[in-house]
Amino acid sequence: MANPLYGRDIISISELTRPEIELVLDTAKRLKEHPDHTLLRDRVIASCFFEASTRTRLSFETAIHRLGGQVIGFSDASNTSMSKKGETFADTIRIITSYADALVMRHPQEGASRLAAEVSKVPVINAGDGSNQHPSQTLLDLFTIFETQGRLDNLSIAFVGDLKYGRTVHSLAQALCHFGAKLHFVAPKQLAMPDYLVDELKEKGIVCEFHDSIEEILPELDILYMTRVQRERFDESEYHSIASKFILRAATLRDAKKNLKVLHPLPRIDEITMDVDDTPYAYYFQQAANGVYAREALLALVMNEEV
Amino acid sequence: MSENEKKDYGTLKVEAIRNGSVIDHIPAGRALQILRHFKILRQAATEQIPITVGLNLASNRSGTKDIIKIGDYFLDQKQVNQLAFLAPGSTINIIKDYKVVEKLRPSLPERVTGVFACPNANCITNRENTVDTCFTVYESKGEVMMKCHYCEKAFSQDIVCKNLK
Repeated sequence: MANPLYGRDIISISELTRPEIELVLDTAKRLKEHPDHTLLRDRVIASCFFEASTRTRLSFETAIHRLGGQVIGFSDASNTSMSKKGETFADTIRIITSYADALVMRHPQEGASRLAAEVSKVPVINAGDGSNQHPSQTLLDLFTIFETQGRLDNLSIAFVGDLKYGRTVHSLAQALCHFGAKLHFVAPKQLAMPDYLVDELKEKGIVCEFHDSIEEILPELDILYMTRVQRERFDESEYHSIASKFILRAATLRDAKKNLKVLHPLPRIDEITMDVDDTPYAYYFQQAANGVYAREALLALVMNEEV
Repeated sequence: MSENEKKDYGTLKVEAIRNGSVIDHIPAGRALQILRHFKILRQAATEQIPITVGLNLASNRSGTKDIIKIGDYFLDQKQVNQLAFLAPGSTINIIKDYKVVEKLRPSLPERVTGVFACPNANCITNRENTVDTCFTVYESKGEVMMKCHYCEKAFSQDIVCKNLK
């Protein structure tokens, strides 16, 4: 029987069941330990990034190469017919997906990947659509959490920073509903987790708590998930008073549990000071490296009946 | 105008129809929006459909209301369900030979397609004209919510309903 992700579009993490998530994580672990260069042999994958990306694009493309596949695509949509000649987005996708065996796509507008999946005859993998979803980031986050904690169930996880617009936070929080996590939200009021998402989490039985500072909650955490407070959302004086509350320094970690790991989807600007990098808690660079294995697993499962 | 004068004025202006549909208890100010949305005015012009529209009439239930009577025109269930959003609380009577043969109440559909624009300005549906919007309808904490199929953002019904396409 084909694996349940074979031929599927991967648009939103909320569409994956717990067994399907676990299948991706198991496959990622296996591919990290035992690379397989044949899983995308003779396959062409379109990698279309309508907005800038460093880690996601390069880790997807690395994953494709490592699995023996070939990549076509672009990392700058300004030279496409859509941008130059006014072709519709739907037509652009129809054409690209007639050339390739799958499409990996990032777009600045929410819902673009869903629309792409509806007009495409080959599987579409969402590599981020505006502030909405970023399922492969969520899978690499879960893979990293599992790698560092040895489990996903009943962990105490804090999200810090921009929780309003941060799609990685939204997707990861939704995925953690499968694993009974206790979630702590630390954010300025202007960037608080949206009410409708908090309601959705609570309806699924997730305990959600809200805090004003990292120190308040640190001693009970297993995972501290930092995000960037974006300067452009505030005036300069407001930004400085807010951002100073949401900066992680090595000294802040004094009372942390031994198993605590600090994660961050990156890029980090100044919300994690450099001295944290040298602590045993910092795991964000390994997290970014895990992106290749999680994306290898996703591609391998979508493109092969059996992995 | 006194309340009594207003009531009399409302009673005098709305006449019975022989066959057709009556949409009553429309929130005041929405009647013309409904006619526009169902493209009834265009049809009325070509097919000589008689339409009576009452605006801001006295209502015991809600203070003021609008009413629409459309001769020889029968709303289908899809239109009736759309009224759950366009005119919450409205009632629909189907008239045959001056008698009410069917009373319909709009019920919330599970999905609404192509009726409202997504309030999220950055939703792809606001850029690609070729795609129909689609909202999943559900209740949360006693409030009707609508979640966009594309951008996955959820809004209260009131916010979405201001964005008639």
